[in-house]
Amino acid sequence: MKNKGALSRLWSFAEYGSFREEEFTLSPSDERHIDTDTPENRWLTTVQNSERSVGARAASWFSRRGVEIFQRLYRVAAVFICFTLIGVLLAVVAFLPPFGGADNPAVNEVPERYVAGAVEETGATNAVAGMISAYRGFDTLGEAHVLFVAACSVMALLRIDGPARRHGCLPDPEMTGEDMDFEPNSDLILRKAAKILVPLSFIFGLYVILNGTSSPGGGFSGGALMGAGVILNSVAFGFSRTERFFGERVYHIVKTACLTVYALLMAYFIYMGANGIYDHVWLGVPGGIVSGGLILPINIAVGFEVACTMYCFYALFRKGGL
Amino acid sequence: MEFVRNFPFLTIVFSLTCGVFCAVTRGKTAKRLCVCWLTLTFAMSLSVLIYTLRTDGSFIYRMGKWNAPWGNEIRVGPLEALMATAFSGVMVLSLSGGMSHIFADCEEGKVNIYFTMAALLTSSLFALIYTNDLFTAYVFVEINTIASCALVMLKSSGRTLVATTRYLIMSLLGSGLFLLGVVILYGITGELLMESIAEKVQDIFSTGEYSLPLTVVIGLMSVGLAVKSALFPFHSWLPDAHGSATASSSAILSGLVLKGYIIVLIKIFYRVFGLRVIVAERVSNFLFVYGILAMICGSVAALRQVDLKRMLAYSSIAQVGYIYVGLGMHSEAGMVAACVQILAHAITKPMLFCSAGGFMDVSGGQKSMAAITGAGRRDKLAGAAFTVGAMSMIGIPFFAGFATKLALAQGAVGSDKIRMTIALAAIVISTVLNAVYYVPVIFNIFSGTEGSEKAPRPKVGYVFAMGTFMVLNVAFGLFTQQITDVVRRGLQLFGM
Repeated sequence: MKNKGALSRLWSFAEYGSFREEEFTLSPSDERHIDTDTPENRWLTTVQNSERSVGARAASWFSRRGVEIFQRLYRVAAVFICFTLIGVLLAVVAFLPPFGGADNPAVNEVPERYVAGAVEETGATNAVAGMISAYRGFDTLGEAHVLFVAACSVMALLRIDGPARRHGCLPDPEMTGEDMDFEPNSDLILRKAAKILVPLSFIFGLYVILNGTSSPGGGFSGGALMGAGVILNSVAFGFSRTERFFGERVYHIVKTACLTVYALLMAYFIYMGANGIYDHVWLGVPGGIVSGGLILPINIAVGFEVACTMYCFYALFRKGGL
Repeated sequence: MEFVRNFPFLTIVFSLTCGVFCAVTRGKTAKRLCVCWLTLTFAMSLSVLIYTLRTDGSFIYRMGKWNAPWGNEIRVGPLEALMATAFSGVMVLSLSGGMSHIFADCEEGKVNIYFTMAALLTSSLFALIYTNDLFTAYVFVEINTIASCALVMLKSSGRTLVATTRYLIMSLLGSGLFLLGVVILYGITGELLMESIAEKVQDIFSTGEYSLPLTVVIGLMSVGLAVKSALFPFHSWLPDAHGSATASSSAILSGLVLKGYIIVLIKIFYRVFGLRVIVAERVSNFLFVYGILAMICGSVAALRQVDLKRMLAYSSIAQVGYIYVGLGMHSEAGMVAACVQILAHAITKPMLFCSAGGFMDVSGGQKSMAAITGAGRRDKLAGAAFTVGAMSMIGIPFFAGFATKLALAQGAVGSDKIRMTIALAAIVISTVLNAVYYVPVIFNIFSGTEGSEKAPRPKVGYVFAMGTFMVLNVAFGLFTQQITDVVRRGLQLFGM
């Protein structure tokens, strides 16, 4: 039935969020007014007008104009709700405790103990590392798996499983004409700069990861630096050069190893802690490289996992595969 | 400490690891790994349930060396254990009920990712059930969001991509609102642990300081979780996502994922704000009204569908409405009804979606009402399961759905007069509407000629899943009283 009532159109708007195309085209019965001013047509129009009752005409008008009006109202309502939400949230900010105030509710025994006891209890001079990897380690385990599930989803969406691509050889870009088959443009300046920057970013990333227990940084930031190094390498020297040391196989091995080691360490830590068993973890010398007990291996695992995820995102979006 | 107390934590952490391993194995191996591990989690959750029932109490499990406000902890009681047992069981049954569809609908190299997502989703559901900390809840809500979107997306077709995009946007909006709520709540209370926040909230409520932020926080969290669990005005993403995904995904999404968020909302209402504050802030009134609207409008919309899976999806919206009506009654009986409804719907809707998958198998992959005429005669098992599920949804006695309608009506009678009238009327109208759209489908699938299309030889997993679902449904209907008792005891232990 083509001539749906206005209500059913509004319903379909609520259902689909937008009107489907065929619902926009008005049925012939809606367009009975006739422009050509011949006597015959004029007679026809008069007859039709007298045939159709006032109610039917109102309904036909509503089904023509009502949808438009509804759509306009919808937009107005959307803007109105948006601004109301902004206004309410701004008002809330005005009522919140002042930023950084000493009497804030957030200044209580929890951060006090983190600041005062982190070095002694976790062995990490960087209290933030102690907090995220030891005190609230379970949350961070979940956070690392958020990255993993995101990488897996992107892989499910963007990886192209062609027979040629599966064996690691790219098809001829001139033949396919696909943008993703072209090697990244290796500009001379870029290559020269990358030769210096890539090793630097690897070393700096490793430094940030290893010193995560005693200085700002840790697995997440160091891993991002290393991932940026791998991306820069593939931008400057091409995917084939990157694949020599970082292909899909390496990606899977590193990622699985890191996450498994992380989960096992965390499970050991939680199991021992919960059951009140002494866990035999040497906390190390606070401030040194080997300090913080399990935080150092956790940082290393998280770092490599983050680096893998970063490059995985880049490679999947760029060429649909690692 | 008894070893069984470690089981909840082991199920959460090693479900994550199981997902990691599934990502690097081939499809068949991943399937075996995932199903075996999930069956094991079911056994573990069941033993936790038996333990909590025997000790008749709940316990706190410290996640690490440090006690709660400093470290993380999870809380396990009869209600949580019951939910975890039901969810892991339904997860295994949904996966095995739609296994042939998973392998047919996903690209060959990406089947293993499906099981990765299923394992991670189970882990996040466990964490949402057991968590005692709002930030932990948020982290696992994130995993849940992404994994459930991926489950829709993995059936490779244009329609699922559009559905996933809408689902992702709406779901992230919900997460965002929830996160804003957590942040503001932390700002005004300085705590993330549920019990500590509850104390501070009572102070705020009695002194009146920060009362505007408190109201906004309750609103943000309720709206955020309502968007994610498809309460009526925010439901528009659901029919596309659930209607176009593969059979197992639809089953998991409508049976479990929606409920995960509602459990978080119940925890927030009960353990963070307390019923007194919730009633005083009038949030429950809104939830009640929208729940009633969902019950009616979801059913009316289901009536208009010509596509079986979309009809089931709209039916889910109506059923989520039942849960919110229970929450909105602001009485203990209402909460009990909501929890019973969560369980009953979790074991009924996956069965309906799996049998819809069975009908599609014997109707050339079509799912429109016209195409599935006589499908119940071609695939008798799916036909029987669909009939049982539909009768449960309508609310025939001795099936699971009757239990919830009874519990809801009892809750309504205990509530004030206006609520009682509206809720009872809505239950009656909704029941009639349910019958009006389910009974024609039952007639449809058993009518017509048998057709030339022969059913493929049923897989063992499929037969097992359908049989267990039917037995569970009847068992739920017969032992309603016992289940309700466990739920009531669990809610009492929830505190307040």
